[in-house]
Amino acid sequence: MEQISPQHQEQQAQQEQRAQQEKGTSLWKDAWIKLSKNYLALFGLSVLAFLCIVSILTPWIAPYGYEEQNLMLGATAPSLQHWLGTDIFGRDMLTRIMYGGRVSLTVGFIATAVALIIGVLWGAIAGFVGGRVDAVMMRIVDIMYALPFMIFIVLLMVVFGRNILLLFLAIGAVEWLTMARIVRSQVMSLRKQEFVEAAHSLGLSQWTIIRRHIIPNTLGPVLVYTTLTIPSVMLLEAFLSFLGLGIQPPQSSWGLLINYGVETMEEYPWLLIFPGVTLSLTLFALNFLGDGLRDALDPRTSKD
Amino acid sequence: MALLEVEGLSIYFHSRNGVVKAVDNVSFSVDAGETLAIVGESGSGKSVTCYSLLDLLPKPPAKIEAGTALFDGIDLLSCDAAQMRRFRSNDIAMIFQDPMTSLNPFISIGEQLIEPLIYNEDKSRRQSRSDARLRAIELLNEVGITDSEQRFDCFPHEFSGGMRQRVMIAMALINEPRLLICDEPTTALDVTIQAQILALIKTLQQKRDVAVIFISHDLGVVAGIADKVVVMCEGTVREANDAEGIFYRTEDDYTKKLLAAIPEGAKLLPNRAQANQSMLRVENLKTYFRDYSKTPAGDIKAVDGVSLEIQRGEILGLVGESGSGKSTLGRSILQLAPITAGSIYFDGTELNTLSAAKLVPWRRKMQMIFQDPYASLNPRMTVYQTLAEPLLYHGLANARNIDQQVQQLMDDVGLARSSMRKYPHEFSGGQRQRIAIGRAIATKPELIIADEPVSALDVTIQAQILDLILNLVDKHNLTMMFISHDLSVVRYISDRVTVMNKGVIIETGNTETLWKNPQQQYTKDLLAAIPIADPRSERLRSSNL
Repeated sequence: MEQISPQHQEQQAQQEQRAQQEKGTSLWKDAWIKLSKNYLALFGLSVLAFLCIVSILTPWIAPYGYEEQNLMLGATAPSLQHWLGTDIFGRDMLTRIMYGGRVSLTVGFIATAVALIIGVLWGAIAGFVGGRVDAVMMRIVDIMYALPFMIFIVLLMVVFGRNILLLFLAIGAVEWLTMARIVRSQVMSLRKQEFVEAAHSLGLSQWTIIRRHIIPNTLGPVLVYTTLTIPSVMLLEAFLSFLGLGIQPPQSSWGLLINYGVETMEEYPWLLIFPGVTLSLTLFALNFLGDGLRDALDPRTSKD
Repeated sequence: MALLEVEGLSIYFHSRNGVVKAVDNVSFSVDAGETLAIVGESGSGKSVTCYSLLDLLPKPPAKIEAGTALFDGIDLLSCDAAQMRRFRSNDIAMIFQDPMTSLNPFISIGEQLIEPLIYNEDKSRRQSRSDARLRAIELLNEVGITDSEQRFDCFPHEFSGGMRQRVMIAMALINEPRLLICDEPTTALDVTIQAQILALIKTLQQKRDVAVIFISHDLGVVAGIADKVVVMCEGTVREANDAEGIFYRTEDDYTKKLLAAIPEGAKLLPNRAQANQSMLRVENLKTYFRDYSKTPAGDIKAVDGVSLEIQRGEILGLVGESGSGKSTLGRSILQLAPITAGSIYFDGTELNTLSAAKLVPWRRKMQMIFQDPYASLNPRMTVYQTLAEPLLYHGLANARNIDQQVQQLMDDVGLARSSMRKYPHEFSGGQRQRIAIGRAIATKPELIIADEPVSALDVTIQAQILDLILNLVDKHNLTMMFISHDLSVVRYISDRVTVMNKGVIIETGNTETLWKNPQQQYTKDLLAAIPIADPRSERLRSSNL
């Protein structure tokens, strides 16, 4: 409708004003403006930032050393000396949770980043090129789905030795499969859209089209799936560590702490509650931030 | 008292961004045997008005603020859900715009047809399955579906668009409603099918003495069918009168604008074609699509041996109904669809043998304008980014003068410079099409293929965009292939016309010659089916059919 109602005009005037204020605006700048108005997302961001900073500073600010045992003390409930109590070896829980955060957060972010990069590129190329390339690429994904991932990781560990960085990569290399499928299905519907055809007829190279026109339009589902991947990766690490493939005590991670906490849940509930609360808080924060980012990166949602 | 009397109806939409007055103090009435047309552009509130009568609006955000709609003395807007279901099943029926999506693809059409009979809200009116089946077959015959006994058990995908719309009409009529609401029932159909469906609605109405509310954006369609016309704009009634009053004696500026915007008559600008300067030559082009369910012999022959030539500077109109292969032909020429056989020469160079890399400089010279301005722009790129991309990619601008070049483009297509940083969703359909045109002319192309560039737009916007295109063609010395199903638009814009059907060219000629003296029967049928915004000649014509 070319004829615009007064309301609309008013809205437009406001938008123009804003546009002038934000000269040189980009998708990311707009996104930041919108994100800064979303309190839940800001809450999520602050929680994550807090946890990251604490993790980085842990060696200096932790109340005890992570190896410090006090077998005489045993498991005690929260007290003034040990705010979150101690485990059966008399180790301070707060310290262990702080050190555990270092491992869990790194695993969560690095492994997810690996999954994200491989998955998005793989899915985008398969979906965009289509035909035989797509068929071959997706059969590889199917084969990897069918491989029991434990065997895959054990194999990696045997060949390359146990190494925490390798663990990150191995988890990432398993988690990208679903991401690739999600991105592929998105791209397949996108590549039939007229704006992609228009880009073709402008003579843009395939890679430019994928980078500028395809991938940005898959951001919504990718972000949501990413926020779901991070926690599942953290729990996967716990599982691997439990089997003796990941990190080993006295080092800790949230997943491991929860695992041990479950075993002694009835006698020493705080050993489960505190790491559990920390992990849940992180997941909440991630979900809020993920939803906020998805909305903020979609130009169709309003800036107000 | 009339059958339906709507009085002071106001419907507001309450959203986060404020209140939108979708319908504001609208009144009209319609009597048995009468056809009322509600005409307006998109966003005028014409559909919202009618949906509210059957309580089909999503509430919230919609809220009926005021008004009554008395049907036989009972207010439709305040009756309870059970009463409303009785009205819906027995008294008021609706036909929707898109016959492709308004039937359930998993249920046979017969089963869908008898649903209102065997599950009637009114238990006393329920019929047995066998009775209902007989009734449905009888009705299918009446709406012009042959072999209705066999087709009763067919599924919607086995029917064409026109046939599906006939089924929809049969379904609407099966409970002998007293009021039939048609929401743009022919907009999604080809012009020849449209003429048939309109004639069908009209005969059925006369036979059964039902009242009809006919919603449309097309005054041409309304002219032949309406007794009374209500013109709506931005939620209010601009004018209400009998059909002749609207078409011949209107006083209202908006109605005048609507009537004036209907493309009519021949192209006014001179033919700029330079004789003997062939720009594009297509020889025996074939584009087939593989149908995987069939053998190679069963390929879909979208374009099946087309040869044509476009002279430098001319506008060639390409006309055809849906499925004629006209869009595929355009996309094949631009190397956007892989061709099966034949050659395409641009200035003497055979394009279809070039590699993707070698094709890039040629791509710059040929651009496309797409049909749907909502799908043809990347939703995550601002106008600036959309327009700057081709300029930078082809080295037509550098970092220093890019801003100025983009502004120049925006001026060219009539967009305000201040909206440079906005995203596509912040624009109306017409403005978006301007952005898309801007992108197409950014590379300074020589040939533009416009694929139905105005068919998704309202009639007044359509007129503006057509004039913009004509202007730009003149200013930038463009050559154009203009693809459309709308014959009036093609006549208004093109120097020569090619008519296509089922993948082959039926006839080519100078526009006016072809209009006055079509050689082929298919062309004659097409031309005869164009609706004219003139009630008297429309009535004369339909009585002759």
